[in-house]
Amino acid sequence: MTSFRSGPDAKGLFGSFGGQYVAETLMPLIHDLAAEYEKAKGDPEFAKELAYFQRDYVGRPSPLYFAERLTEHCGGAKIYLKREELNHTGAHKINNCIGQILLAKRMGKQRIIAETGAGMHGVATATVAARFGMKCVIYMGTTDIDRQQANVFRMKLLGAEVVPVTAGTGTLKDAMNEALRDWVTNVDSTFYIIGTVAGPHPYPAMVRDFQAVIGKETRDQLQEQEGRLPDSLVACIGGGSNAMGLFHPFLDDAGVKIIGVEAAGHGVETGKHAASLNGGVPGVLHGNRTYLLQDDDGQIIDAHSISAGLDYPGIGPEHSWLYDIGRVEYTSITDDEALAAFHQCCRLEGIIPALESSHALAEVFKRAPALPKDHLMVVNLSGRGDKDMQTVMHHLGDAVEKESQA
Amino acid sequence: MSRLQTRFAELKEQNRAALVTFVTAGDPDYDASLAILKGLPKAGADVIELGMPFTDPMADGPSIQLGNIRALANKQDLAATLRMVRAFRDDDTATPLVLMGYFNPIHKYGVPRFIEDAKAAGVDGLIIVDLPPEHNADLCDPAQAAGIDFIRLTTPTTDDKRLPTVLNGSSGFVYYVSVAGVTGAGAATLEHVEQAVSRLRRHTDLPVCIGFGIRTPEHAANVARLADGVVVGSALVDQIAKTQERADAIDGVLSLCSQLAEGVRSARR
Repeated sequence: MTSFRSGPDAKGLFGSFGGQYVAETLMPLIHDLAAEYEKAKGDPEFAKELAYFQRDYVGRPSPLYFAERLTEHCGGAKIYLKREELNHTGAHKINNCIGQILLAKRMGKQRIIAETGAGMHGVATATVAARFGMKCVIYMGTTDIDRQQANVFRMKLLGAEVVPVTAGTGTLKDAMNEALRDWVTNVDSTFYIIGTVAGPHPYPAMVRDFQAVIGKETRDQLQEQEGRLPDSLVACIGGGSNAMGLFHPFLDDAGVKIIGVEAAGHGVETGKHAASLNGGVPGVLHGNRTYLLQDDDGQIIDAHSISAGLDYPGIGPEHSWLYDIGRVEYTSITDDEALAAFHQCCRLEGIIPALESSHALAEVFKRAPALPKDHLMVVNLSGRGDKDMQTVMHHLGDAVEKESQA
Repeated sequence: MSRLQTRFAELKEQNRAALVTFVTAGDPDYDASLAILKGLPKAGADVIELGMPFTDPMADGPSIQLGNIRALANKQDLAATLRMVRAFRDDDTATPLVLMGYFNPIHKYGVPRFIEDAKAAGVDGLIIVDLPPEHNADLCDPAQAAGIDFIRLTTPTTDDKRLPTVLNGSSGFVYYVSVAGVTGAGAATLEHVEQAVSRLRRHTDLPVCIGFGIRTPEHAANVARLADGVVVGSALVDQIAKTQERADAIDGVLSLCSQLAEGVRSARR
């Protein structure tokens, strides 16, 4: 049987997606990084150090929680939540940051840079940089700075410099451009901690490997609780790191249905969305060939999503490949559907999910009712929603006030 | 011989370096940009690099980013850029013209169609920032097979071990990015340039052109003593940013070009 888990090839390609489309200045460093990562992967000391920080610093393993009230409400599939929101810093992002900063340390780098959208990756990066005593610069679009002020302050509190990016629409794509410009300029001293399964090889594979702890734990935990594999997996996708982390260990289990949920914004048909697979075509941006939102001239179109973390016009190349070969089903959820699911999750489970993760929950609300009661569905609750209070108050504030008075 | 080979051979005869100028196609708009393009050879440009606008110019500094934004705001797409090259070739068949930019617009246009149309328009070479030799099959190989040169960027981080890989797929000339950074940022010292040129000459017989951070006639003259060509981009693009008037933008670019050309021509006298 051919495996879905063997990619990428030596050139960093998943089928025709991925690769190393970067300026020459960065190429020697990217080759060094790939070589160093290969060495680290085979080094028991690295594995031991990573495991230590995952357990005692991040707080792993994260629980696999049977969401009883959500299950009752839907009246179908048995729903489990993988509680990545309980990690230190409140999302799955730190799984990757810990791995990459250990690699940065191995490579003797002293300065860390990162891009951030919602700020969760920025906070996770600032956190590990503080822990390892490294200088940290975070690039963040001005639009995102406005809607994620608490996270901006958290990063500063942790000692990071937050550089506002005004170019373009001031969102994640523009922050990534600016981080790449910094990296080209400070290539010798600086390690770029990319936050998702995108960018030039080896990033998509490396970030996936660091996030795959999510899927590995899920496998063991469900085995323990139910004695078998799940029937379906659901996760939201911006760049796609939490999804790839959950999905990858299950790709070769033919009986496991896998569903990725893109952000449809105002609706894919309106053009105001962030659904690269459902509304884009293949192209080359930020170091990899992948599905992109672009116009007829190959100019990148700005994404739109209520959730800053999904507001990106591209997607990790491995997702593009899994989409093309049909192993994973990719759907999309609108801003309004995500908000409704956000509210339901608060009321039914006493868990405030991130708006990103609420896209996955909305898909569950759509699918679970029609499924049999013995269908085991695992949803990645990739982050907590505390950071989204400002946005949610803006959209749901009146409704919530009215409800609480009634 | 290709136009690039002919031009560099002529300049070698004259014992002087080439002035290589960069402007973005469609900046500030199509008509003004075409007027600039047509005026550059008379103003002393020996080789022209014409930027293909892109929304996400990841290796460019603020000057050229803004040039891209101005051009895109006036709907300069790849088809318009190729049309501009054809219009330039109506009355100039000697000056080598190289398109420079990022891969995605070409990928979207379609590589075979792009090569055919670029060749027909009179494009001599390509500089594609995000296509390292690892991706030669994507565009470099088919372009060279069609007789379009593929000019490679080499940088301070391209070490001796990697240099042959980079140079193997190069033709036309070699562009040495003299500082690790984005376009328009700080300049390298002349010592660095001298060492870099002699290192490159050990690996290639292609002409070596130096770019990044060169802004004044004096600086251009200093570099022209050491290399086969001097590339100026951001300083010219800044002339367009400085003014609201199209006529002033055209004058600004062409008069700076004349001054730079004088610097380059005086260098080895």
